[in-house]
Amino acid sequence: MTEQTSETRAAGGDATGAAAAQARVLNATGGDWAELSEEAISLGEERIVVNMGPQHPSTHGVLRLILEIDGETVTEARCAVGYLHTGIEKNMEYRNWTQGVTFCTRMDYLSPLFQETAYCLGVERLLGIADDVPERASVLRVMMMELTRVSSHLVALATAGMELGALTVMTIGFRERERILKILELITGLRMNHAYVRPGGVIQDVPPGAVDAIRDTLPGLRRGISDIEKLSNENPLLVRRLKGIAHLDLTGCMALGVTGPVLRATGLPHDLRASQPYCGYETYDFEVQTWDTCDAYGRMRIRINEMRESLRIVEQCLQRLERRPGPVMVADRKIAWPAQLAIGTDGMGNSLDHIREIMGTSMEALIHHFKLVTEGFRVPAGQVYVPVEAPRGELAVHLVSDGGTRPYRAHFRDPSFHNLQAVAAMAEGGQLADVVVALASIDPVLGGVDR
Amino acid sequence: MSEGTDRAPATAGEQAEIIKVRRGMFGVSDGGDTSGYGGLVASVAVAVPAERPYGGWFDAAVDRLAEVLTGVTDGGFDAAVEKVVVDRGELTLFVRRAALVVVCQALRDDPDLRFELFSGVSGVHYPEETGRELHAVYHLTSVTHNRRVRLEVTCPDADAHLPSVVPVYPSANWHERETWDFFGIVFDGHPSLTRIAMPDDWPGHPQRKDYPLGGIPVEYKGAAVPPPDTRRAYS
Repeated sequence: MTEQTSETRAAGGDATGAAAAQARVLNATGGDWAELSEEAISLGEERIVVNMGPQHPSTHGVLRLILEIDGETVTEARCAVGYLHTGIEKNMEYRNWTQGVTFCTRMDYLSPLFQETAYCLGVERLLGIADDVPERASVLRVMMMELTRVSSHLVALATAGMELGALTVMTIGFRERERILKILELITGLRMNHAYVRPGGVIQDVPPGAVDAIRDTLPGLRRGISDIEKLSNENPLLVRRLKGIAHLDLTGCMALGVTGPVLRATGLPHDLRASQPYCGYETYDFEVQTWDTCDAYGRMRIRINEMRESLRIVEQCLQRLERRPGPVMVADRKIAWPAQLAIGTDGMGNSLDHIREIMGTSMEALIHHFKLVTEGFRVPAGQVYVPVEAPRGELAVHLVSDGGTRPYRAHFRDPSFHNLQAVAAMAEGGQLADVVVALASIDPVLGGVDR
Repeated sequence: MSEGTDRAPATAGEQAEIIKVRRGMFGVSDGGDTSGYGGLVASVAVAVPAERPYGGWFDAAVDRLAEVLTGVTDGGFDAAVEKVVVDRGELTLFVRRAALVVVCQALRDDPDLRFELFSGVSGVHYPEETGRELHAVYHLTSVTHNRRVRLEVTCPDADAHLPSVVPVYPSANWHERETWDFFGIVFDGHPSLTRIAMPDDWPGHPQRKDYPLGGIPVEYKGAAVPPPDTRRAYS
């Protein structure tokens, strides 16, 4: 999109001078801009259409906000998305069911494990093996998801704080997130794009010492969250920037289909972990966090409180991991990933024992490995829709199988994509500076929006 | 493990969706028939109509929808809903496209149904299903009753039009734009049906099966790895 500023005669300009009479009108060509600027000229008002983004530090990625402003007041706000569209869903149709995990993990890059889990729950339901997934795998999924939720909320609070000038909140947020990324790296070998959750379970058990490492991390994490709380909850500057801003009540949320912290900030305790449990969430002790102010402040408080609840769940997971060892992948060898991985000096890779077995001792094991890895397993035809409660709301996967080794169609209902529609309702009529607050309170991740 | 490629049962064959006819056993078509299984032909049938009782709350909800629709549309439930499918614990209503908005309105407004939360619509392209190539799949959520339902609407490729549900569910706006962008389904009555992910002047609709994935061979250590859509496929 190229923009040109041109001198255009505007009706209704005041006559304080030649330059003022020739009011500067932002003129843009291409796309929908020609219409917009024509309309602006014909109305002859002092309206300015501002393009905020796609490259802007407070649009959380490549989001383009088209704001029509009258002075400091936003009269219309529209989002343009798609700048990060990478065709992940299309790509998944050309890879086998297991490979799909490595694609969907890259959608919402702040909560990769949620996409992985939703996708794998979908594949498992299509296969009809949902009940065969070992309990330990579910516990690991829950623990990884909850850790990811904390790290995602930390980024949400950190970036929101940064945009409002609370830079210490940002540094604390990213500092604490680092602790979680270290744990994720310890367990999956990667800080993000883990491909850890696989159809049938998880790729491997936690390494020795991981449970203790996580347990040792939790107190520091709790202190970090307390630091953010102390800096934010009663901070008069922050509170006045957040309270009553980006108001969206229950009716608005329902009409716009908004889920997640935005919906819970209206007082409705809608959390899929509690209402439609998956991965055994019904067996964990946690409280659904709500607030009743319908504004950005409530959403911030919900995120902080949810992090504490997530850590509670992580602790329960740790207890279960210690008490009950067991397999982390379904027993069905026709589905379970055949390769055993191990962490070596250069990161995670094939375990040497496994390579030795298939290459040196068992021809059948080699064939089995080769068939399952290159061809994959077949999934009975049909379709499923599996939602999970991601940090930003309802993340759901719609999977269609035609009975083959690849997804016939994989669609992700991303919460950021859906919730971004509420920007207009939250920002219009408010101040320009509050657009940033509204956006931060939705916490969109454009990788998930555009996929 | 079930192959999911059984012949459609004779009783339900009329109404099941034959989405594909699979030939051979291993999905590979680029070589000679060395296995002897190359002559196998199996059609993939999905969405076989369910028989009562559907189970759980499904019966009561479908009955209630039939009641509500009786006064609202000509022909009532049978004219509006093609078939009811229950698969893997999920309820799917195949809705005729003319009745889509009325069905959505009923599902949203009736206190006993109350699917107030719109969870999205996306498309699926079945090029081999003549006359029903494009499917739009809607997911509705009832927070009140803690239920979910799926609506599936079909339209032929030659007349890819569906009514927009934006008047009933405002949040369908972007989802319908996405479905138009990726599948070329025109949602009549949508306030501004423009592309959302692809550039405005993009030709074609990328998620359709006849749209190539694209890609170039990648050279790695002297060997060329072909692009994913030209690699050997097994399905």
